[in-house]
Amino acid sequence: MGSNASLCSVKKVVAATCMLLLTACGESEPQTVGTPPDMRRLTTEQYYNIIHDIFGSHIQVAGRFDPLVRTQGLFAVGARSAPITPAGFEEYYNVARAVARQVVTKGNREVLLRCAPVVMDGADETCARQFFTEVGRFLYRRALTSSEIDTAVLAANEVAVTMKDFYKGIEFSLTGLLVSPSFLFIIDSTEPLASEEAGAQLTAYAKASRLSFLLWNTSPDDMLLIAAETGELNTNEGLQLQVERMIASPLLERGISAFFQDFLDLDKFETLEKDTIIYPAYSIATAESAKEQLLRTIIYHVVEQDSPYPELFTTRKTFIDHSLGRIYKLPVNRPDGGWQFYEFPENDPRTGILTQMAFLSLYSHPGRSSATLRGKAVRELVLCQKVPEPPGDVDFSLFNDPDAPNRTARDRLSAHSTVPSCAGCHKLTDPIGLGFEEFDGIGQFRTSERDVDIDPAGELDGVAYEDAKALAQTIRDHPAAPACVANQLYAYGTGRGATYDEREFMVYLQKQFADSGYSLVDLLRDITTSSAFYAVRLPQEESSEFSSASVGSSSNQERGS
Amino acid sequence: MSFFIPRKTTRREVLRGLMGGGVVTVALPFLDCFLNSNGNALASGAPLPVRFGTWYWGMGHTPKKAVVEKTQTGPGIEFLDETAALIPHREKLSYFGNFNMPLDGNSNYTHFSGWVANRTGSAPESQGSIPATTLDLLVADTIGKGSRFQKLDVTAVGIARENYSARGTYNRGAAETDPVALFNRIYGPAFADPNKADFKPDPSIILRKSVLSSFTEQTRDFVSTLGAADKRRLDEYFTSIREVENQLAIQLRKPEPNEACVIPPKPAELSPDQVASAREMDSVIETHKIMSKILAMAVACNQTKIFNMVFTDNFANVRRTGETYTHHLLTHEEILDPDVGYQPLSFWFNQRSMEGMATYIEILSSIGEGDGTLLDNCLIFASSETNYARLHTIDGVPVYLIGGAGGRFKTGTYVAGGGDPITRVGLTAMKAMGVPISKWGSKSLETSKPISEVLI
Repeated sequence: MGSNASLCSVKKVVAATCMLLLTACGESEPQTVGTPPDMRRLTTEQYYNIIHDIFGSHIQVAGRFDPLVRTQGLFAVGARSAPITPAGFEEYYNVARAVARQVVTKGNREVLLRCAPVVMDGADETCARQFFTEVGRFLYRRALTSSEIDTAVLAANEVAVTMKDFYKGIEFSLTGLLVSPSFLFIIDSTEPLASEEAGAQLTAYAKASRLSFLLWNTSPDDMLLIAAETGELNTNEGLQLQVERMIASPLLERGISAFFQDFLDLDKFETLEKDTIIYPAYSIATAESAKEQLLRTIIYHVVEQDSPYPELFTTRKTFIDHSLGRIYKLPVNRPDGGWQFYEFPENDPRTGILTQMAFLSLYSHPGRSSATLRGKAVRELVLCQKVPEPPGDVDFSLFNDPDAPNRTARDRLSAHSTVPSCAGCHKLTDPIGLGFEEFDGIGQFRTSERDVDIDPAGELDGVAYEDAKALAQTIRDHPAAPACVANQLYAYGTGRGATYDEREFMVYLQKQFADSGYSLVDLLRDITTSSAFYAVRLPQEESSEFSSASVGSSSNQERGS
Repeated sequence: MSFFIPRKTTRREVLRGLMGGGVVTVALPFLDCFLNSNGNALASGAPLPVRFGTWYWGMGHTPKKAVVEKTQTGPGIEFLDETAALIPHREKLSYFGNFNMPLDGNSNYTHFSGWVANRTGSAPESQGSIPATTLDLLVADTIGKGSRFQKLDVTAVGIARENYSARGTYNRGAAETDPVALFNRIYGPAFADPNKADFKPDPSIILRKSVLSSFTEQTRDFVSTLGAADKRRLDEYFTSIREVENQLAIQLRKPEPNEACVIPPKPAELSPDQVASAREMDSVIETHKIMSKILAMAVACNQTKIFNMVFTDNFANVRRTGETYTHHLLTHEEILDPDVGYQPLSFWFNQRSMEGMATYIEILSSIGEGDGTLLDNCLIFASSETNYARLHTIDGVPVYLIGGAGGRFKTGTYVAGGGDPITRVGLTAMKAMGVPISKWGSKSLETSKPISEVLI
């Protein structure tokens, strides 16, 4: 990775310049009124990133926090409604204790506390105050109030005196900071508008958080906090400088990777299970490699190459390691077992990320493929289209004819199309999924099922295709694909679906995306430098979100066939 | 004086830890003197606690293969092939058949509406939405105070999200999936063995509690800046803090000696192969057994009064090695065997589920408590999300109430629902647990009629 870094830098500068010119030439952003401020619970990955970014990656964080509910296709939107349950707080508390304990161990304390206490067996208010002022600013993503610092210092002093140990005081009080809602929730703090008009705006600190969690999936760093504190972030130039700095950072890969993990629901890997009698090539290690392959492919394509987003569905360029070599029947030559770049030949059936093991195995059953699950995933994840829930009154006896065993998926699913209550949904999903039938339940290529040749032809929204390769091209060319990722990236960054008030802005954003040649990095730039991204209004009137709500529907692994 | 020569001890001696003077460090035998002379109360005079649990399995029953349907409520449950494992336990439970689940025009969201309506008394309006608090938490609000954990949620299928205890769509915590993690959470350093005489609370606990309180007070300052929904979430946060403060407070108190409490052996770490096959049915059975023992002893040791176990999830993502279909898929796509009239492989899974329930009953009733068993002082609401999974039917979803609820619940009874709303069963369970409500459920599921035939 990184071979085209200089080219990318040039493109970024050009893109930023173009953006300024467009604005100057009147391609102005439609006005939006924003939504009421809210607060989002940190995701597990954000929690881990923050701890590692502040205290170092050697600090072990071992906790499993309450799961978020996938809402409107994103956990990031579910985070907006996530509470902290008693068991969840217990976990946060235990993890906080473990983190704080590590921070003050010998070897760490000398590095992580930038002052040494005058006395080790008691309180040192000055040093404690310095520590909590510095660390608290990163944890709370803003400067602590004097009252908050006093609370932390007084608590630390009490413990230090009682236990005759300065560092115990730091440890106990740091635990308190780590379970504070100011840390566990990303809070949209607001302030009155600077102008004479009535209304509110996000504080510069809250802007910094919104920016940082979208681009890097972590807390703002020192420079971003300084930009907030100096007011630089409230100016267009200052905001653009910070955006360019953050886009140029290697941490951008982490931010984009986090988005795609949410967008493509890769959390499903945590509970992926296959029958190793049926699929001997499958193992947990292979599944982990499949996930990494997908993310490496995406980062290479959209960040390093800055290639058009829709071509993710047709790219033949990817990375493989030894365990994936078994799935793809490819020799992997790296002696260290690491990753190597690979480009599938033009005549290979694999093209694009949907023909990789990750997608094909996630949307299959433990012992066989599933055209329905794959088609549903394409509709819902890639095209942002809602597939209705299956009806509760299907008479499955229609599919249970013992005299006519269905040997292929196409045979089995054709039965659904004869039943009106099933056909409506299965017509939306199966013709897509059948295109992937030449890949089994873990993504291995095959040409037959139960000794019958597989027919991978189908159609997507009126466009017929012959096989997975042609299907990939159809998805690439589908107008809903880029619109979907743009909408979801915006929702991911704001923690909510776009509102009715924002419909013109979303059209504008999608046009910007198209005009950039579907550069995802440019899309991020457009979002993070827009006014809409930071707009808030006082919560007198609720605005309805125009994305259809679909709470938690994708958390269920297996429905239908 | 030898520590090895037993002599008759008085309760006062044991409780004071005066054997031989100073701190006693030898293990104490489990003494009846910890209970009152009637065996139904603790030595302090406090009654034995009554606890509430739930047990869940996916995919319901096979029609005409589980329990003989009756039209009259009365003693005697006739178990069939699928539930044969429950025959030895027929006097430890009551069965509720033919209760209906009207959804008031809402769709039957497959494998979801059934458990939600059964446990919340309200029909969900969309897949994934949970309209009200589940009954275990309503019971917890009444009896859950005073123990270390408000509740413990455990699942044997390795999916933390598969937890059917919630206070709404978003307030649904994770279930424990790993036996070692469950063991460590309960019996780790914060566990105080009630039968050890040398109780010495960690002095740092007072400081931890003090620090936590300081930060809590600090946090209250900015609540006024939030909108209504976020204020509610902050309220939930403060409630959660109180739970941890409660845990810390409990660690400062010497637990009452408890004959029934014996720390179970620590389970072995799961191997990568076991993790990779968490939903293979044999693995589920084994994991369930291990975790049930840990959980049951946590209840016996008064670590919690509310305990929830998921044997298999509502989509029954469990499988049998070498079989391409999961249990769920089998219920829909397995061909009805014309010779026997049912789906044999689906039936096989259902049988295993009932054996799992029997194992659970055996574990809870193997722990002696007072003059009976732990199960006698528990009530367990065991249910599924469908009646006949093949057709997604939810009327007639099977429910078993297991245990004596401390003498408040009558077992060994077949309760004929006659098409009444299934919420009558949940209301009955809550009444047995002393929940102060006169009615439960919404719209057509609302009921104010507990089933008096099984309440004592």
